[in-house]
Amino acid sequence: MFESLTHLQLQHYWWFIMSVVASTLVFLLFVQGGQTLIGTLGKNEDERTMVINSIGRKWEFTFTTLVMFAAGMFASFPLFYSTSFGGAYYAWKIFLVCFVLQAISFEFRRKQGNMLGQKTYEAFLYINGFLGVFLLGAVVATFFTGSEFYRSEYNLSYWQTTLYGIEILFNPLNLALGIALLFLARTLGALYILNNVDHEVIEQRARRQVGLNAVVFLVFFLYFVIRILLKDGYAYHPETFEVYMEPYKYLNNYLQMPAALILFLAGVVLVLYGIGITWFKESRKGIWFSGPGTFLTVLSLFFVLGYNNTCFYPSSYDLQSSLTIQNASSSHYTLTAMTYISLFVPVVAAYIFFTWRAIDKHKINDEDMKSGDHHIY
Amino acid sequence: MIENIDLALVNWSRGQFALVALYHWLFIPLTLGMTYIIAFTQTIYVRTGDKEWERIAKFWAKLFGINFAIGVGTGIILGLEFGTNWANYSWISGDIFGAPLAAEGIMAFFLESTFIAVMFFGWGKVSKKFHLVSIYLVAFGASLSALWILVANAWMNYPVGMVFNPDTARHEMVDFWAVLFSPYAINKFLHTITSGFVISSFFIVAVSGWYLLKGRNILLAKRSIVIAASFGLLSSVFLATTGDGSAYWVAQKQPAKLAAMEGLYEGQEGAGLVAIGMLRPGKQIGDGEKAFVFKIEIPKLLSVLGYRNANAFVPGAEDLVLGNAGQDIMSADEKISRGKVALNALAEYKEAVALDDMQSASAAQARFEENYYYMGYGHLFDPNGIIPNVPFIFYSFRIMVMLGFAFIALFLLILYLAVTDKLQENRWLLRTSILAFPLAFLASMAGWIVAEVGRQPWTIQGLLPTMVSTSNINANAVILTFWMFAALLTVLVLAEFKIMTTTIKRGPDNAKKGGENV
Ligand code: HDD
Ligand code: HEM
Ligand code: HEM
Repeated sequence: MFESLTHLQLQHYWWFIMSVVASTLVFLLFVQGGQTLIGTLGKNEDERTMVINSIGRKWEFTFTTLVMFAAGMFASFPLFYSTSFGGAYYAWKIFLVCFVLQAISFEFRRKQGNMLGQKTYEAFLYINGFLGVFLLGAVVATFFTGSEFYRSEYNLSYWQTTLYGIEILFNPLNLALGIALLFLARTLGALYILNNVDHEVIEQRARRQVGLNAVVFLVFFLYFVIRILLKDGYAYHPETFEVYMEPYKYLNNYLQMPAALILFLAGVVLVLYGIGITWFKESRKGIWFSGPGTFLTVLSLFFVLGYNNTCFYPSSYDLQSSLTIQNASSSHYTLTAMTYISLFVPVVAAYIFFTWRAIDKHKINDEDMKSGDHHIY
Repeated sequence: MIENIDLALVNWSRGQFALVALYHWLFIPLTLGMTYIIAFTQTIYVRTGDKEWERIAKFWAKLFGINFAIGVGTGIILGLEFGTNWANYSWISGDIFGAPLAAEGIMAFFLESTFIAVMFFGWGKVSKKFHLVSIYLVAFGASLSALWILVANAWMNYPVGMVFNPDTARHEMVDFWAVLFSPYAINKFLHTITSGFVISSFFIVAVSGWYLLKGRNILLAKRSIVIAASFGLLSSVFLATTGDGSAYWVAQKQPAKLAAMEGLYEGQEGAGLVAIGMLRPGKQIGDGEKAFVFKIEIPKLLSVLGYRNANAFVPGAEDLVLGNAGQDIMSADEKISRGKVALNALAEYKEAVALDDMQSASAAQARFEENYYYMGYGHLFDPNGIIPNVPFIFYSFRIMVMLGFAFIALFLLILYLAVTDKLQENRWLLRTSILAFPLAFLASMAGWIVAEVGRQPWTIQGLLPTMVSTSNINANAVILTFWMFAALLTVLVLAEFKIMTTTIKRGPDNAKKGGENV
């Protein structure tokens, strides 16, 4: 069935799948955002515990989606996997540390004999939410701004600075996306907790946080988007594969792919609507709009990044070394095999949906925390 | 294609991978096995309605939860390690190696992480049946994730289902089923997950045995021991069988690894198996010295196990390095020079294509394809280097195998005494079974050493040497992050250990009500 698709079609399909995973991941970062709000939303032990349990039950999803993104990129665009992880080395390694810290913190935090003490694990959660998300944003920004690497004729890559990823922090655009992502995650975290926890005081504090964080997010996000749309982008010629700088490349991509533009606008409107009804209408349903809105916005950004003859992982050191969905991808055979495997995605999405509907039927409240039941973080 | 090799970079990258993998493996066996044991106990509860069984399931599930989190945390480091530290490898093999990792994510990790939520948060909240099914799904998900990662690992030992594409300079997959159903992979999967079952069984036996020694939680301990020892006995028999299968496939596909496992320097027909032996320190290939200080050998057994034929020829390290014309084995020198021809032909091919000189290109390609099979050897300098570290592998292998047989006997004994209700009187046996738990870990670590160190000097057996597989970065970056992970993981593992022992000491009853999570 999929064998008859061309290599180029499969590459497009896989960029689409990876864009979906990445967009889902950004939405799910509400867990990390929530982790940075534990102390702000919960002023005493019980309140904090409620907040932690609300997001804590979802941390595995965000985590698994992240793992899925890395493994999916490995399988579909291995040259990206080897070039970026092997080059922006420190950035990714520090990023990993942040996630190792998260993996144990929910489980260990209040266990007897945990050695480091509850406060330390809460600090770990904060580090993961803060540094982890910021780094992710900054690294993803280099998909637009470029990195300094050289790719040999054997497709082996050589990073050109010995900072191995730390240099990412020297570019204001990278910083801007890092900060924007951080505050987006916090906004989503507050929206999520507002919806998931049944507690008046926490609700009020969360509402306030939605407003504050959304403002910071919007400032940095707008700065980033405007700069991106106005800057030259890395384009390649579809026949010769020669890479060149094209003025207003990303803006052109939006204009040449109206679907992406519609997704972008719809996404932004939904994000703002979700924030708006939380702020002005005292609604608790904001996450149902801002969440999908986030998904659509990120999806559209990934579309302009990878489609329309654009280099999705550009090299600012040597233009011709830049990676595209065509030169970084797996073979026709592997992409075909992977496409069959991708048929599992809807199945996975369906059981996740139904399972969580069963568990989330009732919201987290004071009572739950006192029941002393089996698995409370 | 790779110009200068920085040995510090190679060794620290190996060290870092080994460090994280070994830490990961501290938790994975319990994940693989305990889930099944919990599912069995919970099944009995659902069938009989006896609340005690549910309490038992809950208690083991609590310990499992502590273990699970840190298994996941170490896993994500490994998941990116191929990119961060083995970038060249990741490109050269990514077309094949990436697919199982992605399949693992889609098929296994989501299954586990979704249903583990039901398992943890669902007691009394969702229907009993749904809850039980969820536990089985977690167990199944864990086994499935082991399948995919071991398929990937098996492919590195016995590469199948691919061709080398000179244009992209990498191996490309041509047969997914050959990779997935490689007999090497299937066998490795079965052997490895059963080793997890054995380790988990010992964990439960050890904790329960400790309760019996202390005279606490008697019913829980006795019931758990019966379940765990039965599961452990079955698994350990299966483990020895699949271990024999592993050795068979090593003999077929990795003769150098087999030679190291057996300390076999001079090949023989009808080779015997060294049951116990001590290698002569300082033995070199071709020095004419005896390999062993002493040994007790079972005649012809190695030929039988490795080739299913009592008179089969088993090549030794010297045959592989120096060649053996009678047995049609090419010397390492010859392979290295053919490998160099292949690498040069590849370079010429690339040059010709760049100049659009199709005639020279196809000539170079033909020469490349003739010698392709030896391509990996072209990077090597020292013919002796094709033999991995013999003593390390020889002794590791013996530790694993001896423990493997001892475990079968131990489980038999435990089960017999448990069923006849004489366990509590046999305090020495209870103490031994507590000791068996760390020994089971030792056996499995030894197994990984045989498998991974025995594969050296290759990342992909025969095709890609380890020293050209790394990322092209500065050794200092790897050293720095090595210590970072060493410190971080050590602290977290100690914390985990402390929580485990505290939780075990408090037992299932001592849960404080309200707030405190135990
Ligand atoms: C409790 C743990 C345990 C025990 C008792 C045994 N094994 Fe094992 N063995 C493993 C745990 C393990 C493992 C950790 O699962 C390994 C490492 C890599 C792998 O595939 O499985 C392994 C690898 C491994 C290999 C190397 C395969 C390769 O190179 O890929 C061989 C030949 C054997 N085993 C053979 C045996 C035999 C003959 C045993 C006798 C009873 C035995 N093992 C017991
Ligand atoms: C280099 C090799 C390996 C890599 C890259 C790797 C990767 C990972 C990753 C990324 C996770 C976290 C998944 C999540 O998000 O939930 C994980 C967990 C897991 N891995 Fe590994 N792994 C490796 C070796 C192994 C081996 C050898 C086995 C078993 C034979 C195994 C079995 C599991 C299981 C059962 C889990 C889930 C449960 C747990 O973490 O306790 N892995 N692994
Ligand atoms: C979890 C158990 C594992 C342990 C304890 C383990 C141990 C090791 C050790 C000790 C080395 C270094 C070998 C040497 O330098 O001589 C190594 C290397 C390596 N292993 Fe494993 N390993 C495990 C699982 C895996 C799996 C499941 C895979 C693949 C999916 C894998 C892939 C590799 C790679 C790519 C290297 C680096 C290249 C090389 O040295 O050959 N390992 N491992």
